[in-house]
Amino acid sequence: MRAVRLGVSSLLLHKLRSFLTTLGVLFGVASVIAMLAVGEGASAEAQDQIRRLGSRNVILRSVKPPQVGDEDAEMRVLSYGLTRDDFERISETFPGVDQSVPVLQTPAEVRSGQLLCRPRVLCTPHLFQSVTRRDLFSGRFLTEQDEASRSLVCVLGYEVARFLFPFDTALGERVKVGEHYLEVVGVLNSRLPVGTITLDPSSEAGGEVFVPLSTGRAYYGERQTQMRSGSMDIQEVQLHEIIVAAERDIDVPVIAAACRSMLKREHDEKDYEVIVPLELLARAEETKRIFNIVLGSIAGISLLVGGIGIMNVMLATVTERTREIGIRRALGAKRKHIVTQFLVETMVLSGAGGVVGVGVGLLIPWIVERAADLETIVEPAAPILAFGISVLVGIVFGLYPAWRAANMDPVEALRHE
Amino acid sequence: MSGSTAESAEPAAAGVPVPSEPVAELSNITRLYRMGDEEVHALDGFSFTFRKGEYWAIMGSSGSGKSTLLNILGCVDRPTGGSYRVRGQEVADLDDDELSTFRGAELGFIFQSYNLIPQLDVLENILMPVMYQDEVPEGIEDRALELAKRVGLGERLHHRPMQLSGGQQQRVAIARSLINDPALILADEATGNLDSKTADEILELFDELHAEGKTILLVTHEAEVGRRAENILRLKDGNIDSVERGVSREGEGTDAQ
Repeated sequence: MRAVRLGVSSLLLHKLRSFLTTLGVLFGVASVIAMLAVGEGASAEAQDQIRRLGSRNVILRSVKPPQVGDEDAEMRVLSYGLTRDDFERISETFPGVDQSVPVLQTPAEVRSGQLLCRPRVLCTPHLFQSVTRRDLFSGRFLTEQDEASRSLVCVLGYEVARFLFPFDTALGERVKVGEHYLEVVGVLNSRLPVGTITLDPSSEAGGEVFVPLSTGRAYYGERQTQMRSGSMDIQEVQLHEIIVAAERDIDVPVIAAACRSMLKREHDEKDYEVIVPLELLARAEETKRIFNIVLGSIAGISLLVGGIGIMNVMLATVTERTREIGIRRALGAKRKHIVTQFLVETMVLSGAGGVVGVGVGLLIPWIVERAADLETIVEPAAPILAFGISVLVGIVFGLYPAWRAANMDPVEALRHE
Repeated sequence: MSGSTAESAEPAAAGVPVPSEPVAELSNITRLYRMGDEEVHALDGFSFTFRKGEYWAIMGSSGSGKSTLLNILGCVDRPTGGSYRVRGQEVADLDDDELSTFRGAELGFIFQSYNLIPQLDVLENILMPVMYQDEVPEGIEDRALELAKRVGLGERLHHRPMQLSGGQQQRVAIARSLINDPALILADEATGNLDSKTADEILELFDELHAEGKTILLVTHEAEVGRRAENILRLKDGNIDSVERGVSREGEGTDAQ
């Protein structure tokens, strides 16, 4: 303790120099913590999003194939995508499939009074909720009864409900979806964490309206007509999405492979895509691993630079204090006393940098979270690790200057001016 | 102040006829420096014995070997050949660590430029040699306090060296040299950086220490200062030039050539 106190008082003789020396380690440590926190946050968010797709699900999606350049396509109907036959094959013949849910999307506007928005209107049977594990906010989801009787009902996503009925419950109200009035029977919870909900009902994640599949087919059909820059663009898609839920996790790859080979066989063009959240998850893990290695190296390099800075200053200090070393040696200090003295000073420098660096490193994620709206996660091990490394840097880069100091010839050292 | 000078004469007078026990015995000491192909004998077969309670001025022109002698006496340098014993302990038998501890315990250093540690206060500076000893004697803080008062710095215990005058710094250095009650006090041009009045005060302090029976070796090139010592040892070309005993006792005007 005495040694530390003396070390501090020596360092305080050159306040600015000590402070500047400390900065290297300070930023090194702060960047380790901050980068890890931001990295963890980003990957956690990515994994969360993937998980929300359902880790047991395989999602098949229709993709508009690249336009073949025929110029007389003005009134042509472009037909592509997943078919009802695809759906039948999957749900009837594939092993390991628990449930499969078809989704038809229709580009209808949704109105209530003066308010209008363009969410995704998804026509789907009642199974959708359980397969995608969506929570109800209020009311109920679509039912088998709705499906069988082609009821004119709909369930709104949370954002759409808030947008169309800002002050009131949407339940029991009528909204105009396309050309037809549908009764709101339920509101689904948002898929986003509550804090980050944006009230933009056309956003991909939030803006959704659910309509029974049979109702959708009967009232809206499979043709989607869109006016685009003067010309009419008509597309025919039987199903936009098929969500296939596996019974167990291990069935997922098998189902994914079966879907891929079946679709490849049945479709001339690649007008579909197969999304496997489990695969994405694995890829995300791998990405995170690489990310961590890269961040770790950057942080390591900055700590290395900090350490070299400390060593540089300590070497200068040792030269500058040659006389002091000579005096101490003459007055009875052994080599190990001198080594200890300078090592302690270096460790105080790097340790102080470490402590302040931990503080700054914890502050940065806090600021990032508020300023940039990014999720950050500070793992408890990160500050401990970073501080430990800073002390280690002090030892490693302090050893050589301390050794130099201890091995000075006392006669020479005393003569030094 | 004049009273203390008068006292100093008594033990010196008593000390000379009966030789006291030897403190530092040097026999046939050589110190060789290699400069390229040339060999320089800084000390060449130097033999001498300093006894307890003696007060010596070691004089000589530069290059006479007095610095080398001081380094060897101070155990910061080792002789190339010969034997050096302090209180009977052969210095050559000690390894680097033992020698460090030995320096701290048996030798008191006073330097021309005071050489206090700037980041320590007066009391801490006085205690410096104790801190490096393997065992800290009981009541050492009280002793440091006593010594600080003794050299007239009782009021400035927690001042840093920068806040003290040259004379005061040298007093701290003297207190520091006494803390371990060393066998030998080595003063290297101790008054070299001081004005004559302050130098005189320091020399009076040496007189007091001498009166108390301390063994003091004062290296100086100033004849004025040398005359204040009890005896003068002159060096030339790495060996003894002349030995003059009882200088201060015989009073001024003694100026051996």
